[in-house]
Amino acid sequence: MRQLWRGFSENRGAVFGLGLLVVLIFTAIFADVVAPFSPIDQFRDSFLTPPVWQEGGSWTYVLGTDDVGRDMLSRLIHGARLSILIGLMVVALSLSMGTVLGLAAAFAGGVVDVLIMRVMDVVLVFPSILLAIVIVAILGPGLFNAMIAVSVVTLPSYTRLVRASALSELARDYVTATRSAGAGTFRLMFSTVLPNCAAPLIVQASLGFSTAILDAAALGFLGLGAQPPTPEWGTMLAGALQYYQRAWWVLTFPGLSILLTVLAFNLFGDGLRDALDPKLKR
Amino acid sequence: MLRFFLRRVTLILPTFIGVTLASFLLIHAVPGDPIEVRVGEHGIAPERLAALRHEFGLDQPLWKQFLDYETQLATGHLGTSTVTHAPVWDEFLSLFPATVELGVCAMIFALCIGLPLGVIAAVRRGTAFDYGLMGISVTGASMPIFWWGLMVILIFSVTLGWTPVSGRVSDMFYVEPWSGFMLIDAWYSDDEGAVRSALSHLVLPTIVLGTIPLATIARMTRSAMLEVLGEDFIRTARAKGLSPGRVVVVHALRNALIPVVTVVGLQVGSLLGGAILTETIFAWPGVGHWLVEAIQRRDYPVLQGGTLLIAVLVMAVNLGVDVTYGFLNPRIRR
Repeated sequence: MRQLWRGFSENRGAVFGLGLLVVLIFTAIFADVVAPFSPIDQFRDSFLTPPVWQEGGSWTYVLGTDDVGRDMLSRLIHGARLSILIGLMVVALSLSMGTVLGLAAAFAGGVVDVLIMRVMDVVLVFPSILLAIVIVAILGPGLFNAMIAVSVVTLPSYTRLVRASALSELARDYVTATRSAGAGTFRLMFSTVLPNCAAPLIVQASLGFSTAILDAAALGFLGLGAQPPTPEWGTMLAGALQYYQRAWWVLTFPGLSILLTVLAFNLFGDGLRDALDPKLKR
Repeated sequence: MLRFFLRRVTLILPTFIGVTLASFLLIHAVPGDPIEVRVGEHGIAPERLAALRHEFGLDQPLWKQFLDYETQLATGHLGTSTVTHAPVWDEFLSLFPATVELGVCAMIFALCIGLPLGVIAAVRRGTAFDYGLMGISVTGASMPIFWWGLMVILIFSVTLGWTPVSGRVSDMFYVEPWSGFMLIDAWYSDDEGAVRSALSHLVLPTIVLGTIPLATIARMTRSAMLEVLGEDFIRTARAKGLSPGRVVVVHALRNALIPVVTVVGLQVGSLLGGAILTETIFAWPGVGHWLVEAIQRRDYPVLQGGTLLIAVLVMAVNLGVDVTYGFLNPRIRR
């Protein structure tokens, strides 16, 4: 663990990403305390107030208000909670399904393997955002359906990863030894092989957060994800479309939040990969 | 070589059938059957509904319907739009050039900037330039391009007024749609300013769509170059007394290009995905914009046919990359 941290902390970008993540998760957990207002309260006397440093801004609404007088900062803070939640849900769903499918393919082999992997190939052929759009079009728009769609779209990368690392572990002696000691298939799958596939999976999962947040925000932007007045960042951008030319702050801040969050997860994931697998580092 | 090619083609056949099955199931997963969706809220007499169901083969078992669907596809019928009543294939064909034009320009943009930057970063490894570029590149790869597009419009079109906000060419010009590629058509039109207008409409979408490929290409080029620069033949080339520029460009870059080009080829899928968002923001009349509109209008045949065509396109490009790679590198031709 200490060695892992040493490898990780050498990478300044990764530490920066980790710092951002800590701040983000903190605001997400304590959103109710940190945010000055409720994310859906409308202040009728202050529509489109600019941020504090601009002419006409005030300290009451530090980052300004939107077209119906909602405090931008409070909405962004609650949006952080939603984004982290989306990331968690999507990664948990696709990671668990991908693990089961990947292990099944590796252990069963034959027809099961071919069937699972061909289905994954089919999923991979569609551009991910297009497939997510189509799935939401079938299920109906909404935050929950968007999360399901993004999970399905990201499923193949986990399945392939688990299958590939499980196959290479299956050829090792310790697996043969455990098997000849009489361990059942399930024990072999989940307590012998799976822990040894964990390192690449952890990296993939941390990078998966950024894909999940980005895709869910894109769906929200297209009106297919979270519905207004939910303070989801992509949905906020969609709502800003009609008047962003007059009020730059309603456009700039939600997008910047998405960018910083995705960046933080990417930097963190890259750093983790380098620290876990020194071979890949150059 | 022919055997290698044929094997690759037979390998993607199951995927192809899977893709058609997926697009078939799509329309059946939509709540209500296609007739009810088409009728909408007007209501329909039960006898008429039954007759229509029979006419469209919807009273058949699912496997039979799938076979019918495959037969239709084989004869080139992708269905008709429920909104415009035009065949999906015709609509796709008329819009596709716009998407290709945008995609090709974005790729050229990404290559022209990403390759040199990656090479310089690799040569000056560990310098401020290298760190700066890698920082920008990871930021670019994390970019929500739907927001990036709007920011670019806000800065360059609204505030500075340098470029138009949306569309492919100004209304002032009449451009005969001959090839479907606006730049080519504008070139052959009589209007002097048409090419300039088309170019100014193209600049921002190109930059926005090219951002993520640019970041990926710069990163890939850097790491591929670093690998090649450590090889023995580079040391030999240096020892022979060749100029550093010649070693980098002729000896190293040529070898580093193979993985980079492969990645570029395989990015067509994500490029098309990015085109959906970019076209929506810039009201670019291409396939992506068309599909997003189809969702809003609940035009399921367009969604089904368009998705299928894009998937087939991605498969074809992947096959092309695969075969080209096998052609360039005999070792993987086994």
